Amino acid sequence: MAREITYRDALREALREEMYRDERVFLMGEDIGHYGGSYAVTRGFLQEFGPERVRDTPIAELGIVGAGIGAAIGGLRPVVEIMTINFSLLAIDQIVNHAAKLHYMFNGQFSAPVVIRTAAGFGQLGATHSQTFEHWYAHVPGLRVVMPAVPKDAKGFLKSAIRGNDPVIFIEHSLIYRNRGEVPDDEDFLLPLEGAEVRREGTDVTLVSWSRGYYLALGAAEELAREGIECEVIDLRVLRPLDLDTVVRSVQKTNRLVVVEEGWRTLAMGAEIAAAVQEQAFDYLDAPVARVGSLEVPMPYARNLERLVVPNKDRVVEAVRQVLYRRQSVSVS
Amino acid sequence: MAKPIVMPQMGYDMTEGTILRWLKREGERVERGEPIAEIETDKVNLEIESFDSGVLLQLVAQEGQTVPVGQPIAIIGEPGERVEAGTAPAVAAADGKARRHERAEQPVGVPVSEVTGAVGDRAPGERVRASPLVRRLAAEHGIDLSRLRGSGPGGRIVKEDLLPLIGRPAAVPEAAPVGVVTPVGPSVPVGPPPPEVAPAPVLLGLPEFELVDLSRMRQTIARRMAESHQQAPHFYVTTVVEMDAALALRQQINAEIEDDAEKVTVTDVLVKACALALRTHRGLNASIVGTQLRLYKRIDIAIAVAVENGLITPFIVDADHKPLGEIARISKDLIRRARTGELRPEEYQGGTFTVSNLGMYGLVEHFTAIINPPQAAILAVGSIVTEPVYRDDGTLVPAQRMRMTLSTDHRVADGVAAARFLAEVKHLLEHPLLLLVR
Amino acid sequence: MTSTVGGRSPGLALPKSELLEMYRQMVLIRRFEEAAAEQYALGKIAGFLHLYIGEEAVAVGAIHAMDEGDHLVTHYRDHGYALALGLDAGPCMAELFGKSTGLVGGRGGSMHFAAASKNFWGGYAIVSGHLPIAVGLGLASRYLGERRVAVAIFGDGATNAGPFHEAMNLAALWKLPVLFLCENNLYGMGTAVEYASAVREMAKKACAYEMPAERVDGQDVLAVYEATKAALDHCRSNKGPYFLEALTYRFRGHSMADPEMYRTKEEVEEYRRQRDPIVLFRNRLIQEGITVMAELDDIDRDVDDIVAAAVRFADESPEPDPQTVTDHVYAGSARAS
Repeated sequence: MAREITYRDALREALREEMYRDERVFLMGEDIGHYGGSYAVTRGFLQEFGPERVRDTPIAELGIVGAGIGAAIGGLRPVVEIMTINFSLLAIDQIVNHAAKLHYMFNGQFSAPVVIRTAAGFGQLGATHSQTFEHWYAHVPGLRVVMPAVPKDAKGFLKSAIRGNDPVIFIEHSLIYRNRGEVPDDEDFLLPLEGAEVRREGTDVTLVSWSRGYYLALGAAEELAREGIECEVIDLRVLRPLDLDTVVRSVQKTNRLVVVEEGWRTLAMGAEIAAAVQEQAFDYLDAPVARVGSLEVPMPYARNLERLVVPNKDRVVEAVRQVLYRRQSVSVS
Repeated sequence: MAKPIVMPQMGYDMTEGTILRWLKREGERVERGEPIAEIETDKVNLEIESFDSGVLLQLVAQEGQTVPVGQPIAIIGEPGERVEAGTAPAVAAADGKARRHERAEQPVGVPVSEVTGAVGDRAPGERVRASPLVRRLAAEHGIDLSRLRGSGPGGRIVKEDLLPLIGRPAAVPEAAPVGVVTPVGPSVPVGPPPPEVAPAPVLLGLPEFELVDLSRMRQTIARRMAESHQQAPHFYVTTVVEMDAALALRQQINAEIEDDAEKVTVTDVLVKACALALRTHRGLNASIVGTQLRLYKRIDIAIAVAVENGLITPFIVDADHKPLGEIARISKDLIRRARTGELRPEEYQGGTFTVSNLGMYGLVEHFTAIINPPQAAILAVGSIVTEPVYRDDGTLVPAQRMRMTLSTDHRVADGVAAARFLAEVKHLLEHPLLLLVR
Repeated sequence: MTSTVGGRSPGLALPKSELLEMYRQMVLIRRFEEAAAEQYALGKIAGFLHLYIGEEAVAVGAIHAMDEGDHLVTHYRDHGYALALGLDAGPCMAELFGKSTGLVGGRGGSMHFAAASKNFWGGYAIVSGHLPIAVGLGLASRYLGERRVAVAIFGDGATNAGPFHEAMNLAALWKLPVLFLCENNLYGMGTAVEYASAVREMAKKACAYEMPAERVDGQDVLAVYEATKAALDHCRSNKGPYFLEALTYRFRGHSMADPEMYRTKEEVEEYRRQRDPIVLFRNRLIQEGITVMAELDDIDRDVDDIVAAAVRFADESPEPDPQTVTDHVYAGSARAS
């Protein structure tokens, strides 16, 4: 049975259910225990599961992630929380040079089934606290990278990630924790960590995004529908491995593609998607692939400047018009 | 008011001229009679003069560019006047309430010609700019892109520019697997390129005239009809149909129907009959593309609708599977919206066969129509006339008879096929209960 | 902090067979590394090759003190540890040759030996990067109620890097059963300790974490053995982590391409003559009457044969099947549990 809950609650459910199901599952991270988690995902968990299984750590991302890897090799199922994806850079050596490599480099003898939960997001937080790096991790073979947009995927992915045998970078977003959606309450509700989903069908243009960007795309689609432009909106969901087939099939139908991403466009997911689409659907493109991303500057603090930097619905709408060769909108009052 | 300066006809057999040198700059004021450019023709080099005073708002043709006679080389007007990108004088928009988007201004699709918003002309020898999609479609349909100018940035030819030439292309070709890169070759023109609309030569004996611009729709019709007539070898087969039974059935049906929107017209009956006949005569539900015949998997019957600016042919999708009532409902809606300019391009850029009914004008005994490219045939229907007919037993009776003429593209089908098809249509019309059954 | 540097190791309480086994392993490591150097010069081994020559006593002494269930992660100078664990020389050499019969199928090379069957979770090439992993292994052991100790092998250079400090702090903070065993061979790559570390004695760094620490003569295999045993006991009895600094010396360069500009030939010669762990042990065994030279010579010859066979094995083994190049990127989803 499905009921409507928030993204945050979907994560909480996933964690609790998996912790009850398997004693080897435990949590590690900064402020996850006594503080209840900087995004309140683990509130109450310390009281419920105790300090061995809900482990507050010092501020030492590299050490924490490494310990998570070691614990996983040693037979546990750790879920390590890195407060924001900005700080994951401190642990990137552990993630890329260790977790991602073990299984391949040691010829399949063992792996590091560690789940690293982290969050993108912004909100006048300054340059070093407002970035997003999903594409850095999506670049690396050996990692699974997911960035669910809707609560259902958040829960299904997290449970699968915990039960799986690969290191998973599980990227949430601080601005969508309150978003609501239908989520099954089945304790064995698992979603395989693969596949993009067409969430809105359309014929005129394909919009691809993920996480918070998906909601931007959806908003743009609704606005454009009032002008008679029907957007097909795809939630990418999983960034590695990337489901390009779904995107390509859509582009074959609409002949146009706009990728909406929150970070800087240069060398990001949109660049990969555009390259792949022109490889696989070259003869279906009526316009170059458009990518909507952040202005190529470090994030400023001032609100008006931040607004200029981060993509918004209007920029998405503009990009759609561009690939449709429309100069201006004609709306119905 | 801004207007174009065109390449003048300087000699009765001059078809085009090359701009050697502009003598005036963009933005410069010129007086009537002043020379504005030096051009080269087949025979001579000479100066051309402006027929108006005003400011050269835009030099449309570049030095070295060859322009056909009658085509714009510059825009002249008063400062501040907006230059219509594409040089054609403002076309009355088909519909004031643009419910949708700019497409609505160009009713019969955008003719891929100078009319559209080309950002600069293409210099001779310059690379054709076209989207990959367009290249593929052009290759599939045998369209020579080098003769087209596009509405996209830099003159890129985009899908919208091509649609009127090909009808609605398949969204996903059936056998294209994902991940296979289909090589795109240069577009191979098949068959003669569409002829340009050559201007009438200025003969000395002709009287003075008033110059009236053709609406975009008219221009497109002109171009397409010329193209069709020249490219497709038409032949015509006429038959006479006794419509008594059909008319009676129609009356019966309409008596039972309360909703006006569903009342059946003669055209509706014709649509259904043709659609059913095409089921068994699929060779006419086709297009020729190069050396191949495209046998459409669906039967979409277009109906010719006269509108204020000209003619438009919206079509009924999957007509053979639709009952008469639904055909009636759809056709009424299409006709209404055709007249108010509310049709969407995908509703008139397509169709696999056309029915053109002039019977309602009463006086048309029969006529022949020009095929709507890229279709293979069109049925022209005349008025229903009460005429005396000899029955087999020798009696003379009045009958309501209607002549219809099928124009067929001889590349697609022969006389026998056309005749057989026509016979089937006639049979269905004369035994109209079959229209209800299939 | 205790120190056995310069002192005599405790008595030879181990049974002779074990002592001879330790000797054999040291010689095996020595010959294996020498053969590897030769094969590298012949072009059969490529990339990096970090030889353990001169340091054999540390690996042998430490491994011998460990339980079979203890976890092990090491730096990239890991051949000695693999051999001391009892892994066959053939697959070890084949791994260096990049053959499919190698320890990890030719996919790791010199720096990435591993054997899950021995709880040897790998040699790692990012200096100090594996130390947090050792912490995690210790965490798992404690969490699961096991009595395993996670042993982390690293060099003096690693103690200046961030991961070392994060790992030390975590292990001490959480009182985890982790043995930090530092091989101080006086040089981190091409930089002497005094140019890299603010503190000359690595063991002193442990006090920042209130971790007990000890320095031991790394050229004395029995001293290493005893010290490691004691340290492991400490860890195993839930007293938290332990730091052991083994003072040792590598007779060869950091790796094959090292012209050793950072130390004098005289220094190296001195160590070779006076501080060769094998010679020292050999002499000790004979002096203490445990065995005679002839027996040790026999062992030497056996080892020679083993190493020669290992080289042949590696030579004759096939390269990895090209079809497998994309294998093992993912471990896949969990089996039903």
